[in-house]
This record gives sequence, C-alpha cells and structure tokens, in this order.
Amino acid sequence: MSLWVDKHRPKDLLKLDYHKDQAIRLKSLVQQSDFPHLLVYGPSGAGKKTRIMCLLRELYGSGAERLRQETMHFTTPSNKKIEIMTVSSNYHIEVNPTDVGIYDRVVIMDLVKNVAQTHQIDSSGQREFKVVILNEVDDLTKDAQHALRRTMEKYVATCRLILLANSISRVIPAIRSRCLTIRVPAPTEDEICSVLHTVCKKEGLSLPPELATRIAKISDRNLRRALLMCEACKVQQYPFKPDQKVPEPDWQLFIKETASMILSEQSPKKLSEVRQKLYELIIHGVPPDMIFAGLLKELVRNCDMAMKCQVASHAAMFEHRMRLGNKAIFHLEAFVAKFMAIYKKFVEESLGDAF
Amino acid sequence: MQAFLKTGKISATEKAGPSGLKTTKKKPPAPWVEKYRPKTINDIVDQGEVVQVLRECLSGSDLPHLLFYGPPGTGKTSAILAAARQLFGDISRDRVLELNASDERGIQVIRDKVKAFAQLTVSSTKPDGKSCPSYKLVILDEADSMTNAAQAALRRTMERETRTTRFCLICNYVSRIIPPITSRCSKFRFKPLAKENVIKRLREVCDCEGVDVGNGEILHQAVDTCDGDLRRALTALQCCQRLLGKITAEGLIEVTGIVPDKLVNEFLAIKNYSELEVFVEKFLMDAYSASQLLEQLSSTVVSSGHLTNKQKCEISEKLAICSHRLLEGGAEVMQLTDLGCTIIMANSNP
Ligand SMILES: Nc1ncnc2c1ncn2[C@@H]1O[C@H](COP(=O)(O)OP(=O)(O)OP(=O)(O)O)[C@@H](O)[C@H]1O
Ligand SMILES: [Mg+2]
Repeated sequence: MSLWVDKHRPKDLLKLDYHKDQAIRLKSLVQQSDFPHLLVYGPSGAGKKTRIMCLLRELYGSGAERLRQETMHFTTPSNKKIEIMTVSSNYHIEVNPTDVGIYDRVVIMDLVKNVAQTHQIDSSGQREFKVVILNEVDDLTKDAQHALRRTMEKYVATCRLILLANSISRVIPAIRSRCLTIRVPAPTEDEICSVLHTVCKKEGLSLPPELATRIAKISDRNLRRALLMCEACKVQQYPFKPDQKVPEPDWQLFIKETASMILSEQSPKKLSEVRQKLYELIIHGVPPDMIFAGLLKELVRNCDMAMKCQVASHAAMFEHRMRLGNKAIFHLEAFVAKFMAIYKKFVEESLGDAF
Repeated sequence: MQAFLKTGKISATEKAGPSGLKTTKKKPPAPWVEKYRPKTINDIVDQGEVVQVLRECLSGSDLPHLLFYGPPGTGKTSAILAAARQLFGDISRDRVLELNASDERGIQVIRDKVKAFAQLTVSSTKPDGKSCPSYKLVILDEADSMTNAAQAALRRTMERETRTTRFCLICNYVSRIIPPITSRCSKFRFKPLAKENVIKRLREVCDCEGVDVGNGEILHQAVDTCDGDLRRALTALQCCQRLLGKITAEGLIEVTGIVPDKLVNEFLAIKNYSELEVFVEKFLMDAYSASQLLEQLSSTVVSSGHLTNKQKCEISEKLAICSHRLLEGGAEVMQLTDLGCTIIMANSNP
C-alpha cells in the first residue's frame, strides 16, 4: 500500500490542483518543438517534481512513467570509482549529482555527454531529444555548474536539461541565462486545504473543514508534509474530530524546547546541556540551517528591536560561517553562546534600570 | 562542433507549428539562442574592437593569442566560433580544438592532448587547393574553471608552440587567469551590449519568427531586465512567446525571475520585526530569489529620493555583506532577516 502522497499524485498537467495557469502554459510550451532547457525552482514540497513528471508524460506519453532504478558507475580522473543511483525511462534519466559530493562534475559531464551522444534508438519516438533531470542544482559545486554551461549549448539538439532547485540564488548567472526559469511558489494554505479535501474524498473519508485548516496552517505551506500529517491523523483516529490533535513534526517542538532552555538560564552549564540537544537534532538529520532559523525565530520573541537586530546579525554571520566550515555544531554552539551573552547583559541592564 | 557550427543563422522563417506526434523535421528545431547564433563575425552585435581584429585576421594578417572576458551572453563563444568557421571552413575539424569546462582539463590533458595537438604541423593550403592560415586554433572556453596548475602547464605550451598554434581563452572574470597567461594574450573585454543594438537584434529575430512586438515598447523592457545579456533577452522573449502566446510586461518579469518592484519597495518600507518575519517567509515561499532582490534593492536604494545619505550608507553596507554571504551559500532566510533588521533600524532613525 502506498502513501497518499504517491497514490494521489496527479499524472496530467491539467489535473494539477494549483497554479493551473502555469500548467496550461507548460502544456502549450510542450506543443512547440523548440522546447528550451528548464530551471524549475521553488521551496520543498511545492510540487516541482510532480509538475515535471506531468510535463514528461505530456512530452513522451505514458512511456515516460515506466521507471527503472539503476546504479551507474563513473571513474574520476584520479581513478576513484564512484557510483550513483539513477531513475530512468526510455526517454529521460534523473540523478541527484550532489549524492557524490565533490565529484558531481564527473557525473554530470559523463552522463550528459552519454545521453546526448546516443541518439534516440526508437526512431518513431516523438521527440528528437532526451531529457536529463538534475536535482538540487543549487547545491552543485561551482565546478559542476561551469561544466554545464557549454554542454547545454553544444548538445541542445539531442538533449534537454531540466534543473530543479530550491532557490536560484546559488545558481550561477551563466546557467540562468541559458534556461527558461519557472518559479513554483508553495501552495497557499487554502490550496492545501482544498487538496486535502480532494484526497480525502478519493479515499472515501470525510474531513472536517476545521481540521483541514489546522493541518494546512502547521504544514508551513508544504503540501507533502500536509498530506503526510493528514494520513497520520487518519491512522491515529477515524472518524476525524475537528479538534483532534495533529501530530506536529517533533523536531519543531524540540527546537522550541531548546530555545526555552536557552532563555531560562545563561550559563556554561546550560550551554553544555543545549549542546546535547543540538547534537540530537543533527543526528536525526534536521538540516542545520533549519535549526538556525528555528532558534532565531524562538529566541528573539522577547527582545526589543535593537537586540533583535543584533541577534539576527549574529545568526546570519554564524550560519554563513557554518557553510564554509564542516562541523555544524561548532557554529550552532557559538551562536547560542553569543546569544546567551547578549541576553544576559540585556536582562542585567534592565534589572539595573528597575532599581 | 561540426554539427553545432552548421546551425544558427537567421534563416527563412521556420515557423514552429504545433508538432503533431509524427511530424518528421529535417533539422531539429533549436531554441532561438542557438538558431540565431551569429554565423559570421559580421553578425556579432557590438564588440567593435574584437570584430575589427578578427576581420583583419580573416583578410590574412596574423592572429595573436586571444583572451576574451566579459559577462554571460555577450557573444564571446559565438565570436570565436564564427571566426574559426570562417578561417578554416570545412577543415575546422582538424584545425580547431575546443575544450570547455565540461571537458577534462587538468594538467595531464594540457600536457598530453593539447601539446600533441599543438605539435602537429599544418600546411597553408586546404586539401582542395585553396589557401588557409597555416596555424591551428585551440579554444579554451570557460577558462575560469581551470586550475592554476593547468594554466601554468598551458603557459609553457603556449610559449613553445606559437609558430603553429594560436590559443583563445574565454572567461567571465579575467582575474581567474594567471598573469603570465594574460600577458601573452591580446585581451578583449566584452561589454554588456548597448541597449539600442540589442533592441535592433531582438527586433530582427522577432520579425523572423513572426512575433508581434507592437511599437517595440516591450523590447525596451526586455532589454532593461536583462542588463545587456543578449542570450537572456532572447530566451526570455522566446519563453514568453511560447508560454503566453504573446509578449507582455508581466510575462517578461515572470520568465526572467525578476522580483516585482512592489515587493522591493515593500521590503524597503518594513517597520517592525513581525512584519519582517511575515515578509521574508512569504517571499521565500513564493520562491523569489534573495540574491535577485538584493541586486534590485541596491539600485533602488542608491537612487532613492526619500532616504538620507546616512540611511543609504547603512543599508548598502549590510547589503554588500549579505550578498557576499549569499554567494558563498548562506541561507536566504538568515541573510534577508539580517538585512531587514538593518533596514528597520535605519528607517527608525534617519
Ligand atoms: N554580440 C552578440 N551578437 C549576436 N548575438 C549574440 C551576441 N552576444 C550574444 N548573442 C546571442 O546569445 C547567445 C549566447 O552567446 P555566447 O554563447 O556567445 O555567450 P558567451 O559570451 O559565450 O556567454 P558565457 O559567458 O555564458 O559562455 C548566442 O547564441 C547569440 O544568439
Ligand atoms: Mg560561452
């Protein structure tokens, strides 16, 4: 039995639930023969992948849905063997080049060249080109991004790239100028609600509107998360009750707890307790930048504007340093220590004023 | 490269009709940027200096080593490919070696492949008896991404084989090329293209494609959003045309990923932290790009009428810091919050 997120994934561009205008435009784009490279970007859970799979189906028909998983092998110039998982159909191939870290360039180079140089075997195929889908291009190394530039121009006759990214801030301008950029905003809370209702209807369940609204609210406009939560609710208790508890992602609670620990006492002892908490978060795979954002949000709640400004500027600085280094915990801890210092001073001063 | 050189001419209007499932076309339809890639150096828009030099080479004078640098989409690759094509015609396969960032270009390759290629001797006549230059051309495109070691290896080869080989290096930032190489080359800066020329070119393309651009007002806008990057302008126009069926102002903003002015002004006018939190969250959820916002913000701030110099100074300073951090991978939400706080503070004491 598959999860609702997969089971009810729309397969047709026109059946997509939101950003319908965009879907219609994509459809007309596909009908033209001079299809450009695409750079599709939007926050996670906004439905980029679903949209792209619909697009592929529109391009190649249902053949694009017969997927197989394969492991491909590559050799770096220094003779290191690397392997990477790919998902492909007869018409397209999809990879996550960031899986191989700094060797992403090798994968991209070999893969795109291979695909571009093998012509469509099936000569009755509808299209002269194949599609290569690259995930998380914003996390590619600069080297890999440069490798894409001329490749994109050179093999444009036989191969089109679809690049997926969460944001284009980290995509080099030379690549942006070679693609049609398609922005996929996260669905609004209302849109999420209506998807939840549709899915529940398909499952033959009745979903109280209040519950739908609440799920949509805490899903952070992430449709995948909303559907998962809704399904979890169903497992917990059915028939649904409007005021039933929605299982929040526990790491969010965990960050909140950590923040209140920091606010409760500012001392080296507390700092080392906080450190344990942070470790736990990292071990459970919560991305460090989300920890930063979560902490900042909770910590500044009771500060005055001048202090908020100070804290935000330190958070931004330490987060940036974290990107450059490789031990997230150091920078998280440094930020917490800094915050404690600022906060303690602030509290002492305001106490001093009071007397 | 051969196949590639064949495409790209302002040819008869090959109007891309809706391709039914089984239409067979002789030439695979290419995006406009490739279709209208300059075929001869006379098609190159602007860049007068380079075109002049290349033209002289075509009429027989010697070609120096070249170094082209400049922002994306200004015709660097196009210029050298067109020149190579005109210089060598159908023997360019033997005479031109093109290596770009997607090719392996470590020291080993420079030492072996490039050297071997450079050492071949060539005659000054083509197989069919016509004369042609008696040298070969090595094009190192996207040289920004070559390691310093590889560049150092290249330097020796360049020196030793000048008699039979010319090198052309292309990059976005000249600072990435080691000085011993830059000093051996004639350097040409490819400037962002001038507005009128871009418009002229866009108009030609639109005419060929049968696209209605009205009085051309819309082309002005296309150019403004693209800062002299002709490729970006062409892609934007094509996409707009294909997605919407016509070219409109909003369409252009959408396909180029520009942040609407309304949002830029909203960000500049934020008054308190909770407003900021809401703005940043919504901005990122709607998938706008923080770095794009910063870019637009910077020109808005500088030319703003109602900010004092002190405010401009404070905001711009933070803007530079945040933009640098973003470039190095800092999280968008953090940088925007930080900048936003500075704006709030600046707004509250002018
Ligand atoms: N000066 C120009 N004259 C005519 N067309 C141009 C010019 N500059 C750019 N173009 C158009 O833009 C496309 C891309 O240009 P080109 O590949 O030469 O850019 P580039 O300078 O090499 O960019 P990058 O730094 O990203 O490699 C060309 O196919 C052409 O259609
Ligand atoms: Mg180029």
